[in-house]
Amino acid sequence: MTVRTMVDVAGIKMKNPVTTAAGTFGNGEEYARYVNIHDLGALCVKTLTLEPHHGNPPPRIAETPGGILNAVGLQNPGIDYFLEHNLPWLLRHNIPVIVSIAGSTVEEYALLAAKLTPDTGIAGVEVNISCPNVKAGGIAFGSNAEMAADVISAVRQNTSLPVIAKLSPNVTDIKSIALSVCGAGADAVSLINTVLGLAIDPYRRKPVLANIFGGLSGPAIKPIALRAVWQVYEAVEVPIIGMGGITTALDAIEFILAGATAVAVGTTNFINPRAASEIITGIYNYLQECHIPDIKNLIGAAHRQEVV
Amino acid sequence: MHLYDGRIIDHKRLNADCYRLTVAAPPIAQAARPGQFLHVRCGATYDPLLRRPISINTVNRKNGSVTMLYRVIGRGTALLAQKKVGEQVNVLGPLGQPFTFDPSYRKVALVAGGLGLAPLYFLLQELNIDDLVFFQGARSASEILLTHNIKQLAKELYLATDDGSAGFKGTVVELFVNQLAFQNFDIVYAAGPQPMLRALCLELKRNHIKGQVSLEERMGCGVGACLCCNVKIGRGNSWVYKRVCADGPVFDAEEVYWDDSANNG
Repeated sequence: MTVRTMVDVAGIKMKNPVTTAAGTFGNGEEYARYVNIHDLGALCVKTLTLEPHHGNPPPRIAETPGGILNAVGLQNPGIDYFLEHNLPWLLRHNIPVIVSIAGSTVEEYALLAAKLTPDTGIAGVEVNISCPNVKAGGIAFGSNAEMAADVISAVRQNTSLPVIAKLSPNVTDIKSIALSVCGAGADAVSLINTVLGLAIDPYRRKPVLANIFGGLSGPAIKPIALRAVWQVYEAVEVPIIGMGGITTALDAIEFILAGATAVAVGTTNFINPRAASEIITGIYNYLQECHIPDIKNLIGAAHRQEVV
Repeated sequence: MHLYDGRIIDHKRLNADCYRLTVAAPPIAQAARPGQFLHVRCGATYDPLLRRPISINTVNRKNGSVTMLYRVIGRGTALLAQKKVGEQVNVLGPLGQPFTFDPSYRKVALVAGGLGLAPLYFLLQELNIDDLVFFQGARSASEILLTHNIKQLAKELYLATDDGSAGFKGTVVELFVNQLAFQNFDIVYAAGPQPMLRALCLELKRNHIKGQVSLEERMGCGVGACLCCNVKIGRGNSWVYKRVCADGPVFDAEEVYWDDSANNG
């Protein structure tokens, strides 16, 4: 049977619900020899800042059971470099490109947003208010409802592109943050960013990461992410991009059933560079096997009584 | 670059904790250059999650096989050590930038510490040069490997061990520096643990000798996307973070920025 996998995230038209999680797919070029970029529903690039960022000193990564802790610290060449050198290549693939941005002040977010106009060819702006690895800004914005709203409002006023607020799980009540950013004009939310964590080397008797703390990602965080998507789906009306430990197509389906309109594939790209492609194929196969004509029938379906 | 399920055609324990693994992977064998590595999926589950970067030790382009040397240092490599001939192992590669060679180089030194031996042996095989001196250092005699093969290809082989159980008692860098009184090298290629490479880079700088070193860092994706394996590369006091997996692992010795030393600037 023919199945439909198209979804619409706040005006971002995706031919399937799979995008990449910011920071896990570079700017696409690194993975182009393993994944046909054109097959992706969308591609979200590594978070960009106004000025180039060195990032944190190494070690930046620690492996933990079923996951990794990272403290890259938003290393990036800056938004202007990206727009000039990386974006043209991405736009050649005719898929929606989502640009992730982060600032250390509300003004920086506003200045970044102002550079992201529809004529750049960019499809949407993901606002990273949840990076746990930078000293200024980052998670500080995402863990306070008022500050989160200030950032989203500043971005909203400076770009006409769809605005996606990326939420942190490192909060007491993710629903209140979601409500706050939606009130400030977010067209969609993406969740979750990494879970703040720590690894210690028992022989060196020191933290493994130079930054001490890092963000946990990978299969270990999937239940946390799924719970967050479920809660946010019940709290807000806007589309959700769900992510956190998605490794297989069935993981992706779980997120959609919990309320995600689209999903992002992240850490698993590091282990299987073809993961995004395989998950897209797997979703298609799942819909056929289960005789579900349209992926949209599954969005949030686990909240409802009827059996699909 | 290939993502490949290769059949294990040989897997031998060489000493207490080092193994030699040979995998049938014809496209990788054809493409591989000395200094490049494979990102190896050691287990089949989510734990441990990441691949392990392992240097290519040699290739056989006729039968399409790739050989790696590795030491069991954690759960990933312990799982790899359990794999048997005939089983498959998923490898990604060849990855990274290889050593580079200029035809004007007449006299070459290779300086290997521990399993830094692996990529330098591959380089030794591929370099068609008469005047090549190989320095190999290890903790003890049991960890000195491939001497028979090296002797066939190198003009001279010098050994150093920490405990003096083979060759010079001391570090391979000390051994190399001692030879500088008698030999002038156009270029030095090196691989090994970070303290050894740091000491060597200082000596190369002091003696104005060109060098290329292969660095190691904890790695995520292996293909340049995650920026987890970055190291400081630059000249003088200016540096930028570069990716060991994609911009390296081979860097010019003079460009490696060592945080804890006064050799920069």
